[in-house]
Amino acid sequence: MSTLFPALALTLFTPLFGGLVLGLVRPMRLAGWLNLAFCALSFGASLLLARDLLAAPGGVYTGHGLHIDAFNLPLIVLTSFVGLTTAIFSRRYMLEMYAHGRVTPLRMQVYHAMFQGFLLTMLVALGTDNLGILWVAVEGATLATVLLVSLYRTPESVEAAWKYFILCGVGIALALFGTVLVYFAAQQAIGDPEQGLTWSVLHAHADGMSAPVMAIAFVFLLVGYGTKVGLAPMHFWLPDAHSEGPTPVSAMLSGLLLNIALYAVVRFKMLADSALGQSATPQLAGHLMMGLGLLSFLVAALSLQRQRDIKRMFSYSSVEHMGLATFAFGIGGPLATFAALLHLLVHSLTKSAVFVTVGHAAHIAGSQRIERIRGLIRTQPAVGWALLLGVAAIAGFPPFGIFASEFLMLNATLQSWPWLAGLLLIGLAIAFAGLFRNLQPMVYGSAPEGQVAVRANLWPVVVHLLLVAWLGLAIPPLLAGWLQQATRLIAGGGF
Amino acid sequence: MNEQVTGYWLATLLQPLVLLLAAPLLVGWIKRIKSRLQNRRGPAVMQPLRDLRKLFAKQPVVAKTASPLFRAAPYVVFASTLLAVTSVPLWSIWLPSTTVADVIVLVGLLGLGRFFLALAGMDVGTAFGGMGSSREMLVSALAEPAMLMAVFTLAMSAHSTNLSSIVAFNLDAGVVLRPSYLFALLGLILVAIAETGRIPVDNPATHLELTMIHEAMILEYSGRHLALMEWAAQLKLALYGLLIANLFFPWGLAERFTPLEGLGALALVGGKLLLLGALLAVAETTLAKMRLFRAPQFLNLAFLLTLLGLLSNVILESGL
Amino acid sequence: MTQLPLLEQAILVLAALTLLASFSMLAQSRLTSAIHSFAWQGVMVAAATALVAAVGHAHHLYLSALLTFSLKGLLIPWMLHRLVRRLNMEREVENIAHPALVVLAGALLVILAYWIALPIERLELASTRNIIAISLAIVLLGLWLMIARRQVVTQVLGFMSMENGLFLAAVASTRGMPLVVELGIAFDVLVAAVLFGVFFFHIHESIESLDTGKLTRLTEEEPA
Repeated sequence: MSTLFPALALTLFTPLFGGLVLGLVRPMRLAGWLNLAFCALSFGASLLLARDLLAAPGGVYTGHGLHIDAFNLPLIVLTSFVGLTTAIFSRRYMLEMYAHGRVTPLRMQVYHAMFQGFLLTMLVALGTDNLGILWVAVEGATLATVLLVSLYRTPESVEAAWKYFILCGVGIALALFGTVLVYFAAQQAIGDPEQGLTWSVLHAHADGMSAPVMAIAFVFLLVGYGTKVGLAPMHFWLPDAHSEGPTPVSAMLSGLLLNIALYAVVRFKMLADSALGQSATPQLAGHLMMGLGLLSFLVAALSLQRQRDIKRMFSYSSVEHMGLATFAFGIGGPLATFAALLHLLVHSLTKSAVFVTVGHAAHIAGSQRIERIRGLIRTQPAVGWALLLGVAAIAGFPPFGIFASEFLMLNATLQSWPWLAGLLLIGLAIAFAGLFRNLQPMVYGSAPEGQVAVRANLWPVVVHLLLVAWLGLAIPPLLAGWLQQATRLIAGGGF
Repeated sequence: MNEQVTGYWLATLLQPLVLLLAAPLLVGWIKRIKSRLQNRRGPAVMQPLRDLRKLFAKQPVVAKTASPLFRAAPYVVFASTLLAVTSVPLWSIWLPSTTVADVIVLVGLLGLGRFFLALAGMDVGTAFGGMGSSREMLVSALAEPAMLMAVFTLAMSAHSTNLSSIVAFNLDAGVVLRPSYLFALLGLILVAIAETGRIPVDNPATHLELTMIHEAMILEYSGRHLALMEWAAQLKLALYGLLIANLFFPWGLAERFTPLEGLGALALVGGKLLLLGALLAVAETTLAKMRLFRAPQFLNLAFLLTLLGLLSNVILESGL
Repeated sequence: MTQLPLLEQAILVLAALTLLASFSMLAQSRLTSAIHSFAWQGVMVAAATALVAAVGHAHHLYLSALLTFSLKGLLIPWMLHRLVRRLNMEREVENIAHPALVVLAGALLVILAYWIALPIERLELASTRNIIAISLAIVLLGLWLMIARRQVVTQVLGFMSMENGLFLAAVASTRGMPLVVELGIAFDVLVAAVLFGVFFFHIHESIESLDTGKLTRLTEEEPA
């Protein structure tokens, strides 16, 4: 008897238990520690799960309505890991916010409960085998975070949360329509209606599903979940929600939630690809994703230029990177898929590190406006350096992992769509200019008088950036193996 | 065979006569029910007929400024309405008069009558007449498309614009729940209310200058001219009642006319009309007249309903 | 031409009435009337579900019908009604710009939905599957309601009526989703409704109105 299922259950349902407990815990110091402890437990269990799954035959586990393979396993580990590091950062940060009077004890309670609830929905979305449950979980993630975004109750944050709620609600409703259509198509292909939403069964029978229905379904799913990914032109909620929420929430939204939505799109793309294989437009799903991905990438790169709020700027950078990943998944082939998977991992790690640093920077300057944040490296060298390195990593400087993934993407583009590679390069250059133009004065400029250092916990940032640098220099064979396996699963071949 | 042919022509000739008598009675019936609902005794059901007789006996007075059109209009309005009413199946489906005309002709005939009515309203040059005409045109410009949509919805199911074919189709089909019919029926009822000048669009019982539509146009008429105008209006009400009763609930209509069946069908149709009249009276008692400027909204609703009828016919009923 | 059994015709009629309820929400400028239209829509979706259950002998659908009826026909309208009363907005009439155009655009959306769903309907003839186009139309109309109106309550109604359309699609095209999924969706809808209620108060507190046209603080532009 392997410990695989217990480890899986522990990973997924620790946050459920944690959310329930934290909903009841009043003392906020204790709640902060408990939050951390639950995240640590979940992360530990996910490592155990990873070890056991590697030992399992074929590296796939299906059962109890769950389905773990090489595609979602790295994402599960990543999610629980970023959850843990964010919890470490959040513990002290939120106490500081409380000291500044931005939150009440009751809202702290809500915050901690929802923190766990958010993790729960993301992990369930990743782990479930049922496409309906996947939808329920992604919608649940919206519901859990909407109160987190408006936690400070400023008019701005309420407005941001409302936009987030409405836009994502609409998007996710369209995704449900797509899911219904998939279920409809599945009923024609599979006898047992109870299995009609089970991804592993559908994947095995996908070539029998009706091509026109799947094509329409995929359009709805892409628009629906794409809203959640932050793909243009449905991205308007994203900068608002990311900039107005508490920083730990921004870190998790940007670093994790976007991944989950893209994960859902890719799962459906796998079904659509085999259903459409014999039709007149076998590449439809991929082409749609390429189009939307490229559009988001370019729109975000241009929008980066005119940002005045530091968190908004990095939210647009998230749109840009998600666009790139969507584009790469759309291209298809093994190389592009591998690059996209790697990109998801390194972007999550880097972006959450950047948001944590930005939280400290904004705390030092007492404002999120870029022109008010000046001379960080003089006031608090650690934060200044962290921001500098973080932006270097997110902009795709070697030796960080994003350089590697973007390089692979460019290669893949050159192989299959050479004339698009130029667009990618131009977009990357524009985005780079947008980020660095603002970075220089923030880090090096002269510090305003009276600006003092704050108590900062930069361990999560250091760990994330080290990991990203490691992934950029040499992907450890274990992870490379996972990603190879996932690539074979998604793209149908390795390299 | 020969007998049957005679029966047809007899029925065809009798139909307008029956309707000429029945239309004032229907109006009388509605007034009666309304009075009862308002705790009054009200006039006798025969009263509109008596009014007509009295008006025909009187000499019409015509304004000095009136053109010949003013004198001709009542005859045109009356004749076109009577023709229209003749083309609607009353007691039997396949009559010569009903098979030659279809719904588009019907709508055209009604349009012709309305055109002369509006011209006559403006002819004398009084303020009220012009006002009434312009209001009538506002209402009808919005009501006519809705009316056409409603009958087209029926025509799409029956694959014919001929009223007899539509009725025959519905009679054959038996009880079928069609969402499109539901919408078309609701839309047609709204159109009927607007076109016949009933509450909440117009109030036939008052001459309130701020609100009246139909009454304003015929304000200058007297004597037999007025009688013809009134009679035409009563016929129009009966016509819409017939349309609603016989298109949507055609049960009881005779396929081939024989005197006995004809009488039975007439009794049934009469019953349906009385029921519709009673419903109209109840509705008029409970509803308040709305402002004229809300009439477009009311008719937009009618248009929307009939449009939805058409759409649901296309979308939902491909399998029916 | 084959005739459908009477019960299935009744399902079609109910679907059409659900669509009508969407239009009535689109045209209603009074908040309370719009909420009533929404409640009727919920009731009709529930009735359609029960009929589908009866036709297809799908017993778990009775449960979903009951769930829909109590949630969308009673509970959510009641909650919205109470909120509107507590915020003293019962008599609130929203100014709709170009009401006739809004409704006509809605009719165009129905045609669009039909066009989108055409390839699906071609697969299967003579059945309640035709309802997919109608449900898609309801979804799109809900979306349109949210775009065309600036009132928070109306936007919520649009959101919830989208859910109604989705539910109708699931019921009519596939005899309902597996029960676990349906329960999950119902739970999400309920939580969303509660959160919407919370947000009414937050928004009311922050802009002293429920007009989303006044939610304009977050822009890229330099504040004047």
